[in-house]
Amino acid sequence: MNFCVETEVMTVTPELKEIMPEVYLTCCEDHKFKTGLLSAQIITPLQRDTASACALLPSVLQRGTVRYPDMEQIGAVLDEMYGAGLKVMVRKRGEALCVGFGIDFVDDALLGRQEKLLERCAAFLGELFLQPVTRGGRFLNEYVESEKENLIHAIAGLRNDKREWADLRLIREMCREEPYGVDRWGDEASVRKLNRRTLYEEYRRLLGGSRMELFYSGSAPVQTVEDAVRDAFAPLPRGAVPPLPPIVRRSAPEEPRYLTETMDVEQSRLAAGFRCESRDTPALVIANLLFGGSGNSKLFRNVREEKSLCYYISSAFVRSKSIMTLCAGIDSDAKDRVLDAAAGEWAAICRGEIEDWEMTAAKKGAVSYLRSLGDSQGATENYYIGQAATGLSEKPEELAQSLLEVSQERVMAAAETVKLDTVYFLQGGDPQ
Amino acid sequence: MTERISYPRLGEEVTRRVLPSGLPVYVVRKPGFSRKYALFAVHYGGMDVSYEHEGRSFTMPAGIAHYLEHKTFDTADGNAMQTLAQNGAEPNAFTSNSITAYYFDCTDRFIENLRELLSFVTVPYFTGASVEKEQGIIAREIRMIEDSPDWIVYRNMMRLLYPDSSVSIPVAGSEESIRTITAETLYACHRAFYRPDNMCLVVVGDVEESEVFAAAEEIVVPQAKSKLRRRYEIGAPAQKFQRVSCTGEVSRPQFLLGVRVSGETCETRISLRESLIGSIAAELLMGQTSPLYHRLYDAGLIDESFECGYEEILPGTAYVYAGGESSDPEAVRRAVEEEAYRMGTESVDGAYFRRIHRAMFGIMLKDLNSFEDIALDLVDGCFYGYDALQIPEAFDAITLQDVQAFIHDHICQAPSVLSVMEPKEETIYEDHD
Repeated sequence: MNFCVETEVMTVTPELKEIMPEVYLTCCEDHKFKTGLLSAQIITPLQRDTASACALLPSVLQRGTVRYPDMEQIGAVLDEMYGAGLKVMVRKRGEALCVGFGIDFVDDALLGRQEKLLERCAAFLGELFLQPVTRGGRFLNEYVESEKENLIHAIAGLRNDKREWADLRLIREMCREEPYGVDRWGDEASVRKLNRRTLYEEYRRLLGGSRMELFYSGSAPVQTVEDAVRDAFAPLPRGAVPPLPPIVRRSAPEEPRYLTETMDVEQSRLAAGFRCESRDTPALVIANLLFGGSGNSKLFRNVREEKSLCYYISSAFVRSKSIMTLCAGIDSDAKDRVLDAAAGEWAAICRGEIEDWEMTAAKKGAVSYLRSLGDSQGATENYYIGQAATGLSEKPEELAQSLLEVSQERVMAAAETVKLDTVYFLQGGDPQ
Repeated sequence: MTERISYPRLGEEVTRRVLPSGLPVYVVRKPGFSRKYALFAVHYGGMDVSYEHEGRSFTMPAGIAHYLEHKTFDTADGNAMQTLAQNGAEPNAFTSNSITAYYFDCTDRFIENLRELLSFVTVPYFTGASVEKEQGIIAREIRMIEDSPDWIVYRNMMRLLYPDSSVSIPVAGSEESIRTITAETLYACHRAFYRPDNMCLVVVGDVEESEVFAAAEEIVVPQAKSKLRRRYEIGAPAQKFQRVSCTGEVSRPQFLLGVRVSGETCETRISLRESLIGSIAAELLMGQTSPLYHRLYDAGLIDESFECGYEEILPGTAYVYAGGESSDPEAVRRAVEEEAYRMGTESVDGAYFRRIHRAMFGIMLKDLNSFEDIALDLVDGCFYGYDALQIPEAFDAITLQDVQAFIHDHICQAPSVLSVMEPKEETIYEDHD
């Protein structure tokens, strides 16, 4: 079968370098942006007993450094750097946590090189990681306590977005015996247990014993970037860095689990999780796009638009875990009808009831997405950090090529191995 | 005639041409990007319910612009959303108070997709049955919005800031108001507003300008001139502080504080300078790097969800707002008002002003990474008669005195409104072990 999809992806090939033991720099020299983006992430295994400490750490670090000991001074230095934007980042990728900072700043090419924003931002990131304000070899109590409160509020606030909440509850339940079932922020009880001493100890452990990923995109050449980050991170202690544990892959249980919780909301939410046994990842990516991963998908067209069974419906494939999830906003009495309809659409994929245009659209959408990754510095950073955290080294163009090669037979074979594991239903309607 | 406007301090060049149909077209070349973006906007939004067209007076149901946006995707051959999606583009649309916009993103076959966009927006195709079917879908969308705390808190604030005003009409309308919408009313609105001289096309990406102009000229055909007059009710501002609270599924109180900026309501032109002064004033007073922000943050009264800004809905109709989550929104309000009073009446450190001025300038430069932002800026400038990319020049001319005067004349004088959503009892989370 011939699909007329171009495969030319990304004009910028990043350079990857190990600049210190287990410190990697991914550098994308690119002149088309108004900004430079620099990110520094610690990559550490996702574990129930340490997740909260890892998640809390960057928030405490951004409260003050030796040179800029409070937020007001940190704010002032960011203002002085033409409104550089500092972002605390806590991401779960596969069964790893990536914690650190991203900073975006006006590209020096636009202001004239004399501002040296790249060097100043790199130095600032280094200070955030390596020179936190401390008292007696510990973090400041007021910073730790107030960031603990913020994190606890944030954890409690996860319920506010019902769609994300249903997804989160599904993953917690479905993967309760795997690291993947741990939330990126950990849990409230673990946050409460932390204090300035235990957090500081965790900080020292993470700093010396973790892999660090640095990423840059902007107009500066690799050597300039390397010099800047080398200077900034020179004092980073380096000890033994154990490799990340392999990602756990499980099979679905004989009988799927069904859970229902209630909340007083207008719209009920349905989340379902599937395990994919097949190792043919490109075929699973395509199967998911055909199923519910795009605006052309079977779920969107048939279940939402044609049958009007839901407010929204979509599916996602988590490559690192070989899990597929489905989420939908529905009326509280529609659960079984939506599940049946979704199962029907999946069965159609298994039987190969896939129109040529559906296949073309799925591939085009995916290739287009991968092609335009390089148009966003944030998306590029996210892609490479995700790759680093899940042990992959595939470039977007390689992934695009592998998707283009997927045949209908491979989609059918891969889809056949997908089994329902858990269904989580957040039932609306006044609980009283 | 084609105009090329160069903005060296932004590193941008814009090509502009008004087509024989009256449609203004802007092209912003972005070499090196794979992504191509087109935005086709109509100067028509949720508040345009009352107007005169060709000598007749119309009062349409609330939500009709948004309803029309949904139905515009219908074509005689099916659905433009699907046609574009099947062609690898990502199409979508939105309706705001004053604008309806259709757009897509793609990397491939751009001109083909652009032709589809221009065609489905300008050629209406509604049937009674399809308009009726949409009611259920939009009613669901309205119910979905009603589940969003952000929306409720915003709507309640707007009702207090602009009581009985066109600008506080919910863009999607209500389940009741949309029931009266028919194919005929949609056609009438399309005729009145979807006219080339009331629209604007912006293309951002690595494209050939001439191809864009040619496609637009071929598809968007001239129409007979017709007279359109919008009627807005703005209403008088409240005389004293007002507060509204409700309860909802939030973990702690969520609030929005607003102050109406009583400017001269000029019909058609927005002043870039005035809106920059308003934005700088909000940042100076309570932005993320302000002393007030840090005092409140340190006191645990606000967290990272706190946001503030200046919003201009119509020329001369604007407000300054602040909001987020807080255990004590009332205390935040008092602190903001005290600080505004201080800044409006006492001296403000010149170095602090320069710092904020520089930071905001940098942030505006950074925002130009976004194709969407550039396109929306150009559309706004086109509809309201200003050059949105003259940011550096406008910025240079703003002084601390300008900003202090704004704080004094607007934020200090007008009574504020406070909209709060309190947690329901069962969702209150204990703050101790």
